[in-house]
Amino acid sequence: MNNSATTQSKIKYLYNNYSIIFIFVIMFILLSIFVPYFFTWRNMLGLALSVVTIGIIANTMMFALGSGDFDLSVSSTVAFSGITAAVVINATGSVILGIVSGILAGGFVGLINGYSIAKLGLNALITTLATQMIFRGMAFILSNGRAVGISKAGFFKLGNSMIFGIPTPIWILIISFIIFGILLNNTVFGKNTLAIGGNTKAAELAGINVNITKIIIFTAQGFMAGFAGVILASRMTSGQPNAAQGLELDVISACVLGGVSLNGGIATISGVIVGVLIMGMISNALNLLNVATFYQYVVRGAVLLIAIYLDILKQRNQ
Amino acid sequence: MEHYLEFKSITKTFPGVRALDKVSFTVKSSSIHGLVGENGAGKSTLLHTLSGALIPNEGKIIINGKAMKFSSTKDALDAGIAVIYQELNLVPEMTVAENLMIGNFPNHSGLVDHKKLRKQAEKQIKRLMEEFNPDTKVKNLSIAQKQMIEIGKALMQDAQIIAFDEPTSSLSDREIKHLFTIIEQLKAEGRAIIYVSHRMEEIFKICDTCTVFRDGKHIETFTDMEKVSHDLLVKKMVGRELNDVYGYESRPAGEVIFSVKNLQGPGVNKPISLKLKAGEVIGIFGLVGAGRTELFKLIYGLEELEKGEIEVQGEKLAIKNPHYSIKNKICLLPEDRKEEGIIGIRSVSENINVSSRRHTLKFNFFLDKDAERKIADKFINELAIKTPSREQLTGNLSGGNQQKVILSRWLSEDIDIFLMDEPTRGIDVGAKYEIYKIMYQLAASGKGIIFISSDLPEVMGVADRIIVMRTGEIVGSLSREAATEEKILSMALPVN
Ligand SMILES: Nc1ncnc2c1ncn2[C@@H]1O[C@H](COP(=O)(O)OP(=O)(O)OP(=O)(O)O)[C@@H](O)[C@H]1O
Ligand SMILES: [Mg+2]
Repeated sequence: MNNSATTQSKIKYLYNNYSIIFIFVIMFILLSIFVPYFFTWRNMLGLALSVVTIGIIANTMMFALGSGDFDLSVSSTVAFSGITAAVVINATGSVILGIVSGILAGGFVGLINGYSIAKLGLNALITTLATQMIFRGMAFILSNGRAVGISKAGFFKLGNSMIFGIPTPIWILIISFIIFGILLNNTVFGKNTLAIGGNTKAAELAGINVNITKIIIFTAQGFMAGFAGVILASRMTSGQPNAAQGLELDVISACVLGGVSLNGGIATISGVIVGVLIMGMISNALNLLNVATFYQYVVRGAVLLIAIYLDILKQRNQ
Repeated sequence: MEHYLEFKSITKTFPGVRALDKVSFTVKSSSIHGLVGENGAGKSTLLHTLSGALIPNEGKIIINGKAMKFSSTKDALDAGIAVIYQELNLVPEMTVAENLMIGNFPNHSGLVDHKKLRKQAEKQIKRLMEEFNPDTKVKNLSIAQKQMIEIGKALMQDAQIIAFDEPTSSLSDREIKHLFTIIEQLKAEGRAIIYVSHRMEEIFKICDTCTVFRDGKHIETFTDMEKVSHDLLVKKMVGRELNDVYGYESRPAGEVIFSVKNLQGPGVNKPISLKLKAGEVIGIFGLVGAGRTELFKLIYGLEELEKGEIEVQGEKLAIKNPHYSIKNKICLLPEDRKEEGIIGIRSVSENINVSSRRHTLKFNFFLDKDAERKIADKFINELAIKTPSREQLTGNLSGGNQQKVILSRWLSEDIDIFLMDEPTRGIDVGAKYEIYKIMYQLAASGKGIIFISSDLPEVMGVADRIIVMRTGEIVGSLSREAATEEKILSMALPVN
């Protein structure tokens, strides 16, 4: 009796934690069979490239959501840091300086978010909605509302070069997944993040420095969004003030699809990776099937609804 | 008196846990039926099956000769069942009247009839012998008053079966008396009452019959409480003799390791000073609202000090937050376990290691998962925490076992000064005995303990020294030998 109860619990555990991976595998197989060109090396690389921006930011969004907060500002951060990089490169002629200032610009946005939320006690949703507007505006102001072309070809290498036959941004994405996966699973920072999301008050009483942890989470989020923004600018060979609009929702969808709880306290890196890939796979397949962009919005919204429903089902199970 | 409610062979399992194992017994109308058992015995689970919140794997609930099948809490409500849980289900931002009538507002085609609402609420409040205004927001009421509103809600639905799950654990003596009057009245009206409590004296005081659970099994139902002794009941509960719960062991005290001087802050009105020696156990007694929890919060850095000094081992500390306190070897076991203690959706292992993992890090950065697993298993064993595994979600444990998890959190840390706020609240006698033993062991190894308790016999039975607080100040300090119930109470009660 006891034995069957534990096997049952194991199956339930597997279902609760890995259901999305099964869904991913099945989707992948079906698409490979039914969508022409889907399962080709070229398309696989294209798919991976298309999720680089979402994926890089999903790493840190996982921490923000895991700690029980939202970050809506990432889309504007991407644009703002891309513009910053472009403007600095054009002004100084230094690629390195451009990259660094782009990333720092992102970190700056994150620091403002973190400080306002942790120290001033502002609501995360509203704070990041405000900074989203502010830094979208800043991107337009810095660029005079136009795309800023970049004069240094060296900068384009970041986004368009290959290492061992695989585009550099994909390598960066993979490395970021590894680093943040280790941070989540194997460090105090990761565990504290989930403890805060699980029960902030109890986490504080257990000696976790909640404010500092939150500031770190949001600042890291800013840096990664900044980094993603710089890579995007490099791939587009220019800084675009209206880049990445609505990106924050794609990132959050990917995380929720990957089983990150919107109430905080639950997150896995494997889930997030799969979530990101599913988001990419859906757009990729729709593109291959020549489905018009308008319909793609509908499909992506539907996927988000399904993801949240899965999240609720899982919580009911517990 | 008839058998109004019957549980027939109720079984409920959770993954790895048999919470109820073929439990059968009957409850009469016009009677108060006690339900006792150790932490995790299955008492709350039984009430959950009664309220429709959980569906049993097997068995039947029979009411008035009719077998019932509840698939939701609404079914149970409609069948005249009300369960009053320890965690109250009120809407804090709504008024008393609205909370009472939630679910069936008097209305005219959708428009709420405020006059009628108020009138019905007023009637109900009077019946509960309370004096608050129906227009006060519920968030401004005391816990006892909130509980009364829960009872009021049950009466609105005219529930014939009312079950209470540890209703008195956060009430003062006066409030308990009031609650008992109401419960007696409900009984006189012919209702069947189920009463769950860990306080034996309450069971003897108000129950007519009593059922004992152990490990999910029905052990015995006593139909005449006159014939049951305290010791027999405890023996049935824990399965062994347990004569002196407190099992006090005296020990030598050492140097002063901790002192506060002229401490003042929110809830602590007059400057407070006290000293704690190595090996000493100090008990703080006081009525609810005496400022005891507030004092702990000040010391632990949860509230800002207005004035005063805190010293550990003779060194002055500028306490600013719990993180800093723990580094300086002070810990707090909070009063409200669920809200402030455990992280319910994380595992037992993670809850135990949440603070102490800083000592086992590899390269000062990476977790040592092996070490963490070992620590978790060690404390699960040593404290006999009832859980199918260290990976179980802490929220799924029973109250007493959650307390043991929090204790383990601090036992695995490097702590010298233990602040314990109501450490045995909601904990069964057997586990209480174990927790006292841990306290004595800690003291014997040179640590200092200050604990808060509203249970006077406990304070007198466990503490080496007793401090009495009243309305935010210390009003007396007695040695164990000098303390008598009268002396302590005369200090704790408000002077008019
Ligand atoms: N949702 C759940 N999932 C898994 N196990 C559970 C769940 N709820 C309760 N249990 C387990 O069922 C057993 C009975 O728990 P229950 O809460 O009924 O005990 P109790 O007698 O009310 O204890 P206490 O006096 O501590 O409140 C415990 O071992 C508990 O860990
Ligand atoms: Mg219980």
